[in-house]
Amino acid sequence: MCRIINHPIVEREERKNVTIYVDGKKLEAKEGEMIAAALLANNIHTFRYTKKQREPRGIFCGIGQCNDCVMIVDGVPNTRTCVTPVRDGMVITTQKGLGKIGDHNAL
Amino acid sequence: MFHDVGSKGYISLEELKAKEDYPTVERLEKGPIAIIECLQDIPCNPCQDACPVGAIKFSQQDITGIPLLDQEACLGCKKCISSCPGQAIFVVDYSFSEELGTLTFPYEYLPLPQEGAELPGVSREGKEVCPVTVVKVEQRPNLNKTALVTIAVPKEYLEIVRFIKYRRDGVSNE
Amino acid sequence: MLYDVLIVGGGPAGLGAAINAAKAGASVLLLDENHLLGGQLFKQIHKFFGSQDHYAGWRGIDIGQKLLREAAEAGVKIKLNSRVVGCLEDGLISVYEEQTGKLIGYKSKKVILAVGAKENAVSFPGWTLPGVMTAGAAQTFANVHGVLPGKKILVIGSGNVGLIVSYQLTQAGADIVAIVDALPGISGYGVHASKVSRLGIPFYLKHTISRASGEDRVQSAEIVQIDKSFDPIPGTEKQFKVDTVLLAVGLSPKVELATMLGCDFHYEPRLGGHTILHDKNMETSVKGVYVCGDLAGVEEASTALEEGRLAGVAAAESLGYLEPSQALRLKKDIWKNLNELRKGTFGEARRDAKEHLLTMLKEVGSGRVV
Repeated sequence: MCRIINHPIVEREERKNVTIYVDGKKLEAKEGEMIAAALLANNIHTFRYTKKQREPRGIFCGIGQCNDCVMIVDGVPNTRTCVTPVRDGMVITTQKGLGKIGDHNAL
Repeated sequence: MFHDVGSKGYISLEELKAKEDYPTVERLEKGPIAIIECLQDIPCNPCQDACPVGAIKFSQQDITGIPLLDQEACLGCKKCISSCPGQAIFVVDYSFSEELGTLTFPYEYLPLPQEGAELPGVSREGKEVCPVTVVKVEQRPNLNKTALVTIAVPKEYLEIVRFIKYRRDGVSNE
Repeated sequence: MLYDVLIVGGGPAGLGAAINAAKAGASVLLLDENHLLGGQLFKQIHKFFGSQDHYAGWRGIDIGQKLLREAAEAGVKIKLNSRVVGCLEDGLISVYEEQTGKLIGYKSKKVILAVGAKENAVSFPGWTLPGVMTAGAAQTFANVHGVLPGKKILVIGSGNVGLIVSYQLTQAGADIVAIVDALPGISGYGVHASKVSRLGIPFYLKHTISRASGEDRVQSAEIVQIDKSFDPIPGTEKQFKVDTVLLAVGLSPKVELATMLGCDFHYEPRLGGHTILHDKNMETSVKGVYVCGDLAGVEEASTALEEGRLAGVAAAESLGYLEPSQALRLKKDIWKNLNELRKGTFGEARRDAKEHLLTMLKEVGSGRVV
């Protein structure tokens, strides 16, 4: 876990926990936070593998510009996890290659 | 490029002392006084507004000048410390005791040090210099989250020590 | 509905433009692709420089909150999750609405582009590994999302972004192992460098990163000293056990929409690369199209805000909402603020570059008319 619990400048309101499923694993996230933030908090750093070389990719720009952090979210591939908030019960899958619509082997 | 700070990352004592407003030994011994460790002409002047006695003037007409302290006027009231966005102002007091002086510096970390705690004092380059004792910790709304920490430092190190060894905290490591 | 002014981008520039145009009486639509306004202001948790006129001493997050309040009070119509995907021939701005999946066309009398800049990258073996990211990304995760992207971090670039982000990550609890820069001097403010030096963070100048290694994530990084022609000097390699490498190597204006509209541009490295040409009112070579903030040359949030205000006032004036004398008074104050922010050793290059840009613009309306 790498949640910042005590920050000298930023005050954060307590947020409710929600459940997300990442590659079939049940994980805790904070309501309304970005998927990428929830994954980092759960120590997940590899979000997808590239099509040809099967190289791992994770967060790069963090603000929805570079498309490096895309995953399959509720069956939708190429979803930018850094700007997509979690939802209770969300199913997230590590994307391999370009991904296919409806492709989720979680749960 | 810009003094020592541009090549080393911190101001050297020599270049600081070469600044025209560096206080005289007599003034230092009299009581608390601000030391403004800002040598670059960046457009910034909140310290001038923060000073209640108008002791901070600028080397030019506009806000880009280098702040200069009128050492006779300065009360050592510490109001300028948290006003400085660059955290470049310190207050030293050589009149604290026979052997010890105090240093007040801006601090934006948690947890705040405890009054009475003995901690390693560090130099401008972050090297441990000597043990120091925390005398006072101030945190008020008008400081806008920049706490003021005052430490007692042996006088021979008072112009060297500028910070305490910081502790990392606030991240859960489950 | 036909809006008087349509603004793309709700960072400091776009907000400044929206507030000033709306205050003058114009109907304003502010579009932003994110789910919140503020652009990158809400990750700026440090106190800003400048004078009272530039919110000096305020933290970026607090300036952001104030601007949001002012925009709401001024009656700015805000549409979030709305990404402008095209500027069409007939002046139609086409917007993709994230929530509905619909493409909507908007027309307005004036368009102000305030889309900002993107962070640059450097490439080296291993730069695509998870754990290598932009400094801004780490800043967003730590300061906005409250999650640390890594514990042991190497920072590439000693400009103000590299220095400020290093400091802020230590505030969040991370360990910065070193700050590396290819240049022989630290390019950011000395006061920012001093803050990280006090923490014992070393600088490696005339060094560059040569590799990042790890299985599915960065586990180590190697830096190497470089010679005068920026070539690595064999035998000077140094290894760091880190889980994160941050790239703080400058920003480039996001010129795509502006060039799509036909605005003339110029390559100006002192302002981040390809920069949109504009006049003293921030109006481009395409009449009725204004630019402001990092898109008009990469500077700081405070200058972006002032340029936004200027564009907002100028657009409102050209629509007849402000008397010329009234507008001139407002603009004079803004120009004064901008001039102040571009003074001193650090600001001079930007000021000269900006002045050069002004001379480059042939005339407003000389570009393609949309």
